[in-house]
Amino acid sequence: MQTIIRVSGLGKQVITGEAELTILRDVSFEVRAGEAVAIVGVSGSGKSTLLGLLAGLDTPSAGSVRIDGHDLFALDEDGRAALRGKMVGFVFQSFQLLPAMTALENGMLPLELAGAADARAGANAMLARVGLSDRLNHYPKQLSGGEQQRVAIARAFVSRPKLLFADEPTGNLDAATGAQVIELLFELNRESGTTLLLVTHDEAITGRCDRALRLTAGRLQDHD
Amino acid sequence: MPLCEIYGVKLAREIGLAWRLLARDYRAGELTLIAVAIVIAVASVTTVGFFTDRVQQALDRQANRLLGADLVISDTRPLAPELKQEAQRQGLSVVEVMRFPSMVVHSDSNTLADVRVVAPGYPVRGELRIAERLFGPDRRAGAIPDPGTVWVDERLYTGLELGEGASVGLGRSELQVAAILTHEPGVEVGFLSGAPRVMLNTTDLAATGLIQPGSRVGYRLQIAGETESVEAYRAWAVERLRPGQRIEGIRDARPEIRSALERAKSFLNLAALTSVLLAAVAIALAARRYLQRHLDACSMMRCLGARQGLITRLHVMHFSVLGALAAAVGTVIGVVAQTALAAWLNQVVAVALPLPGAAPALHGVVVGLLLLLAFALPPLMSLSQVPTLRVLRRELGIPKGGGMLGYTAGVAVISAMILWRAQDIRLGLTVLGWFAATMVGACALTWLVLRGLTLLRARGMSWRFGVARLQRRTLGTIVQVVALGLGIMALLTLTLIRTDLLRAWQQSLPQDAPNRFVINIQPDQVEPIRRFFVARGMASPELYPMVRGRLNRINERSVSADRYADEHTRRHINREFNLSWAARLQADNRVVAGRWWEGGAAHSDQFSVERGLAESLGIRMGDVLTFEVAGSAISSPVTSLRSVDWDSFNVNFFVVAPPGLLEGQPATYVTSFHLPPGQAAMLNALVKAFPNIVLIDVAQTLAQVQRMMDQAARAVQFVFLFTLVAGLVVLYAAIASTQDERLYQATVMRTLGASRAQLNRAHLAEFTVIGAVAGFVAATGATGLGYFLAQRFLQIDYAPDPAVWLIGTAGGALGVAAAGYLGTRRVLTVAPLKVLRAIG
Repeated sequence: MQTIIRVSGLGKQVITGEAELTILRDVSFEVRAGEAVAIVGVSGSGKSTLLGLLAGLDTPSAGSVRIDGHDLFALDEDGRAALRGKMVGFVFQSFQLLPAMTALENGMLPLELAGAADARAGANAMLARVGLSDRLNHYPKQLSGGEQQRVAIARAFVSRPKLLFADEPTGNLDAATGAQVIELLFELNRESGTTLLLVTHDEAITGRCDRALRLTAGRLQDHD
Repeated sequence: MPLCEIYGVKLAREIGLAWRLLARDYRAGELTLIAVAIVIAVASVTTVGFFTDRVQQALDRQANRLLGADLVISDTRPLAPELKQEAQRQGLSVVEVMRFPSMVVHSDSNTLADVRVVAPGYPVRGELRIAERLFGPDRRAGAIPDPGTVWVDERLYTGLELGEGASVGLGRSELQVAAILTHEPGVEVGFLSGAPRVMLNTTDLAATGLIQPGSRVGYRLQIAGETESVEAYRAWAVERLRPGQRIEGIRDARPEIRSALERAKSFLNLAALTSVLLAAVAIALAARRYLQRHLDACSMMRCLGARQGLITRLHVMHFSVLGALAAAVGTVIGVVAQTALAAWLNQVVAVALPLPGAAPALHGVVVGLLLLLAFALPPLMSLSQVPTLRVLRRELGIPKGGGMLGYTAGVAVISAMILWRAQDIRLGLTVLGWFAATMVGACALTWLVLRGLTLLRARGMSWRFGVARLQRRTLGTIVQVVALGLGIMALLTLTLIRTDLLRAWQQSLPQDAPNRFVINIQPDQVEPIRRFFVARGMASPELYPMVRGRLNRINERSVSADRYADEHTRRHINREFNLSWAARLQADNRVVAGRWWEGGAAHSDQFSVERGLAESLGIRMGDVLTFEVAGSAISSPVTSLRSVDWDSFNVNFFVVAPPGLLEGQPATYVTSFHLPPGQAAMLNALVKAFPNIVLIDVAQTLAQVQRMMDQAARAVQFVFLFTLVAGLVVLYAAIASTQDERLYQATVMRTLGASRAQLNRAHLAEFTVIGAVAGFVAATGATGLGYFLAQRFLQIDYAPDPAVWLIGTAGGALGVAAAGYLGTRRVLTVAPLKVLRAIG
């Protein structure tokens, strides 16, 4: 199977006060297209930093990331944004829906930014797929946590991305709702053949992935 | 697909997206504050613009009523018919008037009178007022004397001892006296005004046989109409004037009227300036809040693939549309407000305001959009720089310094705009500089107070929490104090200082200001005249010597009217100057350059020149002026320049020398005094006792100037009222700017068990400190600004009231605490869970 993510020697250091703090150190791995990979580790182990670097949301101190053959950090900020718009979807722990927009408008946003002509129809269909046909015109604050995360999942899949990054998608939900959301996420992932990279603490969720990358103090321990 | 078509599709798509985002923001209430700020800005600027335009026109016309016309062309020879024909062709009101001196006879008495021959339509501005009997109530004439009749003034009536139904002989005609003329606009000072007046209908002129070749006749063409047409006509006529002909409009009119107009303009411009500045502060605050609320949305959009350029373009389009819509609403409000204002003003002072021009609407829209571009767009542009990583780490904000560049650009734009709106660079710079100084002062004081508050931190949980919040976000607190300080400063300036300034201005023309001038008093009549006044229970008048001289040279350069473009200056050169000497500086004069010869001059050979005259003639300190006085040349250097309070109506001179330089020259004396109403008989006694003197009546002019001041004061009060609303919007915006943060903190505190009362007290402590500091800064700023404006621009005395500090500081603390309490009440009533869920 084709390699969609290739990470080599990735490192991230930040200066805090006078000290230099290493968050990630010499991380290298590959992810094949269609795989579901969990990134696990204790708090502060560098999971979210790694996810941010993989998505091109931040720049590394060392190393490289290639997404579908593109050297992510050879591109400028706008180049990386364009690449994300074309092939990446996101699901966040805190949902990150825009409060001023309805569920439908949140779902339409990626298509509108990409200039798609049928943004409304596409978002409508995807929100129906996640079971929110009757909540299209509700604002985020009028939705429950589970519903908000389902809108976020619809938004992530609406542009048919090749890659989906999920940052603790059930972190803000109760166990039952979290389970439903994860079920939906994996279902859609399967249907659309997306590659999934998922940051989680939850061993049950890790178990549903093809493999896990374990981080300890910024280092990759082993590949399951 | 051709490239342009690709770009066209892309642009249309982006415009569509910008529009949809705008609509979504509007629905969510995200735009309310910023839209209100723009609407207020445009509405206030437009109202001020429209209204000042109309009031300006009305004041000009009011002043024109003093002149009797918008424009007067005069000559000692008959005026060419084409001058009148062209005025009529341009749709202007035009009427011809002739004046000449002639003897008027009644039984055995006769007197030299100033004869006015008028045609229907006279006067084109203002009105004639007549009374049926001597000292009886007067009324608006509404016409001119009927053929076969004349109107005479009180002095001619009493001088010739006319009775009811009397007739007077004028040349070969015998004309019946139909009324007593009590008021006539355009009565000029210094010519024939000293002589009694008689007015007759032009149809009777030929029968009198008074106009013969060589007669001393003054021909005048009075013109009035819309300002633009009058200006066009003036431009046309100036080209065709013959030597000796004069053209004058309000801008050439008497210095006291010009002075009153200039001051009214200064006040109105100040109002406009203040509203522009306040609008800028309100927009900046509203934009700051918008920026904070859109950080998440922008980082999310970047995360979803939006490029920086797209975010920037979306905001430019977004705010251009918002700006255009808000400007349109603001303009409509401005039009409605000024219409209501004009109607109200009309009721109060019965002044018909001319229709406004379209320019103020355009100015309003331009100012609104510029304010938006300068103060909202630059900070919002930095939204494109929000780190995309914020979607994972919410504590990340905009890189430091990004917004500052925007504000610097904003300050540059507003400075340029204020200088443009001020139409007076010095006034603009002063207001701007003062606002800047207040901002710097506010920053420094806030910083010091925050440091000082550390000592008081131990007192109670609520106080500690409130003060700690202020200290933790020092920059935010400083921004809030600066904004509130500017808002309160504007309010204080507009309420306390404005009242003081207007009162001082109106009092600069006291009720007993001189309304009569007496000229041509001979040196040996000085003492008898003093005794005449004292004998009638009046104060002994101050008599000033006057020597006539022609300015021949400035340094070695001979002075010729041809060298000056300004008609007013040319006339100065062609006429003789009234020179005087004095040991002491008059109370209504102020030395603006050099030194006065107080306490006895070491050298008598020096001149003090009025500043305005020096500017128009190009005279500088140290220049040697040579006057020709009675055939001999008198040369002396200029050692001081004076500003003269012309609207004091006191006797004043353009050029004054110390005692000694001019004393040997042939001099007459001049004085002014206040004659209470109904004492015209005293004037007759004065003229009979001193037949050679010339009496000049400026009562009408004085009354008109007083009326103009009253109108201007009312107009200014209304215009300031609008600015007051802008100030309140700033206060609201300043309080609302920290609302989200406060909501979050209060929620966390309540979750941790803080009671509403504790949080209320904490908020009150915080707002009281902010309000008190802002109020103190504002009081200092407002007093300084008021003092500076009074001294430098309005040239009136203004004593700062220490109560302003008390009112400012206490009012700021109480007002901001109350407004803050009301504004943050919602924060304490929202369920904490709701907030936490919304924050995520």
